Amino acid sequence: MAAIYSLYIINKSGGLIFYKDYGSKGRMDTNDSLRVASLWHSMHAISQQLSPTTGCTGIELLEADTFDLNCFQSLTGTKFFVVCEPGTQNMEALLKVVYELYTDYVLKNPFYEMEMPIRCELFDINLTQAIQKDRVALLGR
Amino acid sequence: MAPAAPRSGEAIFSSVDRVNAELFTLTYGAIVRQLLNDLEEVEEVNKQLDQMGYNIGIRLIDEFLAKSNVSRCVDFKETADMIAKVGFKMFLGVTASVTKWDADGSCCSIVLEENPLVDFVELPDTCQGLYYCNILSGVIRGALEMVAMKTEVTWIRDMLRGDDAYELQVKLLSQLPEEYPYKDDE
Repeated sequence: MAAIYSLYIINKSGGLIFYKDYGSKGRMDTNDSLRVASLWHSMHAISQQLSPTTGCTGIELLEADTFDLNCFQSLTGTKFFVVCEPGTQNMEALLKVVYELYTDYVLKNPFYEMEMPIRCELFDINLTQAIQKDRVALLGR
Repeated sequence: MAPAAPRSGEAIFSSVDRVNAELFTLTYGAIVRQLLNDLEEVEEVNKQLDQMGYNIGIRLIDEFLAKSNVSRCVDFKETADMIAKVGFKMFLGVTASVTKWDADGSCCSIVLEENPLVDFVELPDTCQGLYYCNILSGVIRGALEMVAMKTEVTWIRDMLRGDDAYELQVKLLSQLPEEYPYKDDE
């Protein structure tokens, strides 16, 4: 049972810089994942505009019949979102962990160029560990 | 789930891996020395250090935000306090104080009583124009730029030049619009 289907990271101009899927469900090819990323970026921006009060920071959770989408945007404008099984808990905390891993293994890599697609092996390894740990925690409930 | 509580600079500083302070100080010294050799002009070295700091700052800000759990600051005053109380503590292990606010709250001074970068440094006569710690001003400028604040950071006092403290003036030039749609010319 895979609780998490996929993870996306979008840079502040809406470009997909990281995509990874977990398990067999909801797999997407590169073009589709890019499209999802830019659509989500726009929807997120529109949701801020739609808000009747000021200070809205955009959609945090989108619930559908067959999946949940949890989104976290850092104050610097980078968005992290996971697509997971409906009702999966603790996704907010997981996204925080992903953000910390991103600052450690992506931004501190001197050969990573800002705003560009992430190709950092250490990030991949640590991310997989974090997601698995979370999955174990979920199964343990 | 409630958002995680903000963490203090001390808590973060004591929870991360650290290197020997001398290694850090000496490494920075070696960089400055090499820049002086390569660029020859003191003015150029100041510029290069500032640029290096800027490049660090634009990456460092995310780590600061991720580890400290701070939320959006309401005004520039809060921002300056965050830098002095949390930022400096978390990355350098020292605390700074914020003083000399101007009337409209867009310009202040960050004063450092101690500075781990300069432990063994004496400026020779040939380097009198050098701002040895210019990397710090660049870091602040870069970090704030990533959270939509254009600033100008300059050294007012420098103990290596015979002053009694380190003082950085941080001046808020403009706040970029954060919300979509961004202006076309940006």
